[in-house]
Amino acid sequence: MNLALSDPVAGALLGPVAAPVAGALLAAALPRRVAAWTSLLAALGVLAAGLALATRTGQGATIADGLLRADALTAWLVVAVGAVATVACWAGVHHLADQARRGELTPGAARRYLVLVQAFLACMTVAVMAANVGLFWVAVEATTIVTAFLVGHQRTRASVEAAWKYVVLCSIGVGIALLGTICVYAAAIAAGPTPADGFEALNWAYLNEHATQFDPGLMRLAAGLVLLGFGAKAGLVPMHAWLPDAHSQAPAPVSALMSGVLLSVAFYGILRYKSIIDAALGPAYVRTLLLIAGLASLALAAALLIGQRDYKRLLAYSSIEHMGLIALGTAVGTRLALAAVLLHILGHGLAKAVAFCGAGHILHLVGSPRIAAVRGALTRAPATAGLFGLAVVALLGLPPFALFASEITLARAGFAAGLGAVVAAAFLLVLVAFAAIARHAAGLLLGPAPASEPTSPSALASPTERTSTSDSSTSVPSSAPEQPERAPRLGLRWLPLALGLVAAAGLGVWLGPVQPLLDCAALIAAEGIQ
Amino acid sequence: MHGATWVEQVFNLACGLLLLTAVGALWRRETSALIPILAVQGGALTVIAVLLASGHADGTEAMVVAAVVGLLKVVIIPLLLRRVRRLVRNARETRPLVNVATSLLAAAGLCLLAYAAARPLVAVAETPTARATPVGLSLVLIGFFLAATRHRAISQIVGLLLIDNGIAATAFLATDGVPLIVELGVCADLVLAVLVLQVLTARMVHTFGDGDLDDLRELHD
Repeated sequence: MNLALSDPVAGALLGPVAAPVAGALLAAALPRRVAAWTSLLAALGVLAAGLALATRTGQGATIADGLLRADALTAWLVVAVGAVATVACWAGVHHLADQARRGELTPGAARRYLVLVQAFLACMTVAVMAANVGLFWVAVEATTIVTAFLVGHQRTRASVEAAWKYVVLCSIGVGIALLGTICVYAAAIAAGPTPADGFEALNWAYLNEHATQFDPGLMRLAAGLVLLGFGAKAGLVPMHAWLPDAHSQAPAPVSALMSGVLLSVAFYGILRYKSIIDAALGPAYVRTLLLIAGLASLALAAALLIGQRDYKRLLAYSSIEHMGLIALGTAVGTRLALAAVLLHILGHGLAKAVAFCGAGHILHLVGSPRIAAVRGALTRAPATAGLFGLAVVALLGLPPFALFASEITLARAGFAAGLGAVVAAAFLLVLVAFAAIARHAAGLLLGPAPASEPTSPSALASPTERTSTSDSSTSVPSSAPEQPERAPRLGLRWLPLALGLVAAAGLGVWLGPVQPLLDCAALIAAEGIQ
Repeated sequence: MHGATWVEQVFNLACGLLLLTAVGALWRRETSALIPILAVQGGALTVIAVLLASGHADGTEAMVVAAVVGLLKVVIIPLLLRRVRRLVRNARETRPLVNVATSLLAAAGLCLLAYAAARPLVAVAETPTARATPVGLSLVLIGFFLAATRHRAISQIVGLLLIDNGIAATAFLATDGVPLIVELGVCADLVLAVLVLQVLTARMVHTFGDGDLDDLRELHD
């Protein structure tokens, strides 16, 4: 480990955290329109800082200073956070503008939204950059708290319910992970001369270095607790129940961030822990647990995708499916498999962000989250629906998108590692999910538009139907007459979605300069901090 | 615990009180009774933290941790819970999913399970206090049980807090407490989580007219 302590290093380490913190402060001070665009700048700042980290760590170097630490794996995750955040924050600009136009947005609500999104990003980057397991835990739990009000942004019955379930389940889940962390800490203390400062014994690097001496019995308990705990936050079965509710009730850009970033960052904790636990117990234990969690997630997602009637929940279950695949790849655990996993994290983040933001536009146009209420979207709003359709194609794992490359690599790595039967079963479930998503998406996108073109939310939503706008009806009827019969102007709202798709396709076709970083990150994920 | 028998006695008393309050939380149906129970439990936890800190050669950091834990669990959390309680006027667990007698039996079973699960922790740790670690895990499991089987929003928050007390107790007993920075972060997160749940309870009462979690049935597949 080559440790360097100088000012540019500290700058490079602080960059990814400083950008969203500055964004949050500016969002609190500036008027809404400016603040919304500033949030995009902050997201771009995270992306730029991630790329800067990548140039420093891409060859296997590690930089560390105080509580923060970065290697290639960190840089990869920061880039993923920045890329997804760019799409989501940009789409968020239009989302807020749409809400304001319908009179559903008070200045206070807009400010709260913008500040919380930036705080969310700051927590995510702190979690990824944390040198210490304890700090990582604190940051992950902080994201739960910060996003609670984002999930409950709309204040309808459904969104209050989703926010409650989200906070309770994730807090309990992450609490289990804390118990696991304490077990690891106890193992580290018992294993030998601990550093003078007990805090150091919880550093990722320290744990990786000394894990071979940890007590196996205690580590077995710790491994189960950590996987269950962070698995809850990563949306893995059996602690996934919050995910579809929270993802479907949150505003679209927040769903994009949660699905693309939050799940991945929680899983990053499992990735880091895996090498520590493997050093203490051998690879079989975590592999078995992850295989069970992965296959169960895939099976549950496939089963519930078949009869799905809500298109945002459809995307949420697709996230569980993809997290299942990521868990499966991590279980395989070879360098090749982990390269596929990391590519999958980035590719899924981008495609899912575009899909959720596209779904948000469709929800805004149609006013109902039900698939049956949206027919012939391609003829009604060709650009938005087209981008949504392409994002779904990317999520299905078709070429040229990154998920095609990562799923093929994952299958190859699985067979090479002698887990052919498990991988075959997993891809059978993926095929079921594929068919279900494709059928629903085709029904939503293709075909003729309904004869009476209802554009106002109240026209489509039957009284019993649970639409996300039905409870804010105080403002809807008054604004309905002002609404134009046709869809609101497209403007530049397609641009962030198109950019996200281009990035996802680009990564699928040609890794180019990213390849060394990916290889290096996969090595760290597979073998731990050397 | 260097032979000073009264220290040992106080320590054992505090551990017993932790377990007793956890079972007490299952036993009382009146949600208003849960708040003093939790405060007493927080006090017992603080006593354990102080005793451990006084046993240290260099105990200043551990004393700060103990002070923070005491302030949080005895003063701040009960205060916040009282505000939640004020939101819902008539919050009695009229029909818990599992009745009280069965709950108490389940608690006994959970304690046995905790003793089994804590074996590696007890075996590894060198300190004599580590032998009390199962108490911490019992609290965690009883907290799960409470959160899973009760209908009231405030009961679920109390379940969450029981789990957290259990985790804190495990940390103190098995490792002499986590490092100060981590403990501060954990405490800050806990206060914020309870604040968030308080606001959500207020919204729930506003939109559903009650703090009954049975009303949360809009979202399902």
